Parts: sequence; structure tokens; C-alpha cells
Amino acid sequence: MRNFFILFMREVKAFFYTPIAYVVLFYFLVLTGFNFYTEVMLLNRGPVEITVVEAFFDTVLFWFSYVLLFPLITMRLFSEEFRMGTFETLTTAPVRDWQVVLSKFCGALFFYVVLWLPSLLYFVIFQWIARTDAARSPGSYWGAYLLLFLMGCFYISIGCLASVLTKDQINAAVISFTSITLWFFAGLLTFIFGITTPAFKDFISYISAVEHMSDFSRGIIDSRPIVWNITMTALMLVLTYHVFQYRKWKT
Amino acid sequence: MIKVEGLTKRYGGFTAIDNISFEVGKGEIVGFLGPNGAGKSTTMRILSSFMPATSGRASVAGFDVFENSLEARSRLGYLPENVPLYTDMRVTEYLSYRAAIKGVRGSRIKERVGDVKELCSLKDVENKIIGTLSKGYRQRVGLADALVHDPDLLILDEPTIGLDPNQIRQVRELITNLGKHHTILISTHILPEVEMTCSRVIIINKGKIEASDTPKNLVDRIRTSGGIRLEARTGEDTGLEQLSKIAGVKDVAVENQGDWKTFLLRTEANSDLREEVSRLAGERKWSVRELTRSKATLEDVFVEITQADV
Repeated sequence: MRNFFILFMREVKAFFYTPIAYVVLFYFLVLTGFNFYTEVMLLNRGPVEITVVEAFFDTVLFWFSYVLLFPLITMRLFSEEFRMGTFETLTTAPVRDWQVVLSKFCGALFFYVVLWLPSLLYFVIFQWIARTDAARSPGSYWGAYLLLFLMGCFYISIGCLASVLTKDQINAAVISFTSITLWFFAGLLTFIFGITTPAFKDFISYISAVEHMSDFSRGIIDSRPIVWNITMTALMLVLTYHVFQYRKWKT
Repeated sequence: MIKVEGLTKRYGGFTAIDNISFEVGKGEIVGFLGPNGAGKSTTMRILSSFMPATSGRASVAGFDVFENSLEARSRLGYLPENVPLYTDMRVTEYLSYRAAIKGVRGSRIKERVGDVKELCSLKDVENKIIGTLSKGYRQRVGLADALVHDPDLLILDEPTIGLDPNQIRQVRELITNLGKHHTILISTHILPEVEMTCSRVIIINKGKIEASDTPKNLVDRIRTSGGIRLEARTGEDTGLEQLSKIAGVKDVAVENQGDWKTFLLRTEANSDLREEVSRLAGERKWSVRELTRSKATLEDVFVEITQADV
């Protein structure tokens, strides 16, 4: 546990050693801020059925910046250790492989959480200025942010796996971006092709991030997406762990 | 301290090391020599638990590097060949991180980091970002990293590669000092360094151990353990035929420089034929301006052993 914490602290710091963290933070604030602004302007035009929170998490701009975020956060994680050779000093120190994998995952997750914290302010400021609630109930915030966290886990674990596969950061970014984007669009298949077969629709709604979010941001906390995201995260991390060990054995 | 038994490592069809066995006792400084690709780094990487062997066993301080890897790892300091470092960290920060991860606790971290910075002369650059340091400093940061948890055993893979002569001398002095309290396994291509620092040498070639002995014994053992250089004006004589007749001379090469000739005699091991040569020169009335015996060095040993079948 002590080793895990030391590794974790280094991972967190590593984000801020380089300009990447600041660039990502800035770009992300700009995009989410713009997204928030346009949603509020849109809702301002006339009476609508949805709340600010629901609208905020259901736009093209939100999803676009969302899928782009993960390759940026995760591409470095393992690739850089392989490229610089620090993989060798890391694994010859008395640390266990799972500590390394988990610390990298948690470090990226921590940064992801930091990235989202300012967005909570949007709703606070909105309520303060507009003197009206941004959501129907606190459940919307809990739901939306819980799902954000869980999806973050899943997509970061995909990023970890992509990064452990290659020593080139760009490769890692392309692999994770493609996988995450394909996954995301798989959730839109019924919508894109207009398929109405019940079994297929059920299956898609089980994996569809957009559908999950529209439920959770209304405060409907369904256990299936929770189980789904946790299971997939665990699966990706186990794969990452095995690839990590494999790379060690192969060199 | 190190015990290696029947260690073999294959990469696909290529055998990097082939059934090697050796031991390194506590307090020894052992030089690990061999041409590039001989299997030095592979052996060191197995010892440092970076990669597993295909077969055979290796243990460090009594702990099997595969089965008790964490115990073994915490007892050795390893400096990999290319000195990988986190280039975006500062020197003190990096060393503190490494100390912590290697099990140094609490206030001991600051103490140990201070000690190794002192030892490796890193005080001037302690707050610099590693990426901005010169090769020599990086090498020392790597060495400080290997030392920071005060391990019993140091495994150093080419610690002087890419350093200038002054830095090489500093590292050599550092290693000699470290040898007083640590067991050291060091690989290098700078052979005079090994002759000066190591109490024993292991020569490995094509994955097999070819020799393991003190530098002195190795030098004495090889066939061409020396030669004689003679510069003389031989007048009417060719010099060649007379010199070759001396017992113990294996062959003679000659270079003409106007009137003067330079003869290079290869002699039997452990023989000093200067007296005989001088007597011959006296008899034949040659004028001599140089007569020296060239001692074989570890370099000759290295070349002879590793090029035997070329």
C-alpha cells in the first residue's frame, strides 16, 4: 500500500511536470464553458422540458471533447516508460506489477477528477445568478457526476491498455481514441440505423454511454450501467496488467 | 552474494547466455567483461529481476531472483546500461522518490539522499531538472539512484560509458571507495579501469564464461603475455635471424626507419629475455637506443580470449 501511494503521488505530479496538464485543463475549461454557455442560451429562448444539467451532459460538444480527453490523459502513462527505458528502473525497484498498473490508472483518474471539479462551479454560479435550480433534484448532480466518474474509469482503463501496448505515445493515443470513439458510436447504432429489433435495442442500451447519461442526469440511477462500467474497467486493467508483465518477460 | 547456476536465456532462436554459472562473494568487486552482445547485460538484467531466465537459477543475497524477487530487488542497486531517468524531475526530487520506492523510510530519506548527493558530487545540480543535465551528471544521478537505499550489492552496467577521462577517473575512484563496503558487479569496456578496480574478472563470450580469475592471474596465463621492443642499428646484420635464434622468442617483426630498425619480439609467457637480447647486441656490436619489455595487459587477455576462433 505504501509503495502504491508513492507511485501514485509520482504519477499525479508527473501530469504537472509537463505542460500537458495545463494545456488539457485550459482547453477543457474552454470547451465545457462554451458548452455550458450555449446550453443556457438555448434554454433561455423559451420554456423547455429539460433542465440545465440534463442539457449540459447531452450535447455534441460535450461528447466530442469527452472522447478526445482520454487519449490525452493516458497516452503517456506506460509508453513513455518504455520509450525512455525507465521501465527498467521502475520494475527493478522492489514494487509489484499490480502496484505500478494501479498507480498509473489512479493517477490518471485523479487528474480526470480534478478536470471536472471546476464544472461544478458552473451550476453553482447559475443558481446564484439565475435564482433558479439547474436540476430538478440533487439526484441529477449525483447521477451525472457518478456516471462521469464511472465512465472515466472505463475509458481511462482503455487508455491504459492502449498505452501499455506500444512505446509510442502517438500510437497509444490513436489506439485509445479509435477504441473509445468506436465504442461510443456503437451505443448510437440503433439511432444511426433506425433499428427497432427489441433484443438489439436492449443490448445497445446496455452499453450506450449517451443513454446512460440521459438517465443519470435526470437522477435515475440504474445499477446496470454501474455494474457495466466497473466490470469493463476491471477487465481492461487485468488485460493491462498481463500485457505489462508480458512486455517485461519479452524484453 | 550472487549465485548463478546453469543460467540460460533464449530470445526466440537466439541463445544470449548459455548455461552459465558463477559466484560472487561478499565484498568482491567483480569486472564482467565481454564483447558487445556477449550476454553481459542479459545476465545483469536477470540478476536485477528485470527479466526471467529461460532456465537455471540465480540468487542475490540468498534470495532467488524469480521466486523471492522483491526481497532480492530490495537488496541490490542496479544501474542499467543507458541510465534511464525521469528527465522532467529535479535531481533531489528524483532521488527522494527512488529512495522511498526502494523502502527507505521517513527522515532516513533526506539523510540518504543527502549522503548520495555528496558521494556522487551532485550538490551543484541538486535543484536542476534532470533533462538539462550533461551525460556525466546523469550518469552520476543514475549511480546515486543505485546507491540510495544502501544496498549490499551493486550491479553496474557500463557505468563509465560516454564519460570524459576526468569523469571516468572520478567514477573509478567512487567505485573503489564503494568496494570497501559493497559487493560490486560491474561491466565495462574500459579495461585499464578493471585492472585497477576489480579483484576478479569474469570474461564472457557468446553467452559462455571463458575465464574467471584475478586480473593478474589472467594476464600471466595467456600465451602472449608480453614482448620485447628493440630499437637498434644492426650494421651488416639483418637482425632478424639472430634474434629469432634466442630461446623463448616466438617470432620477430621488424620495421625499418632509415639506419635504425625496430624489432618487436613476441616471447613465451612469463619470460624476460631482455638480458639475452642485450648480450646478443653486445656480441654483434649493434648500437642500441631502446630495449623495453612490454607487459601484457588485460586488453591482450580480452582479445585473445574473445577472438580465439576468429
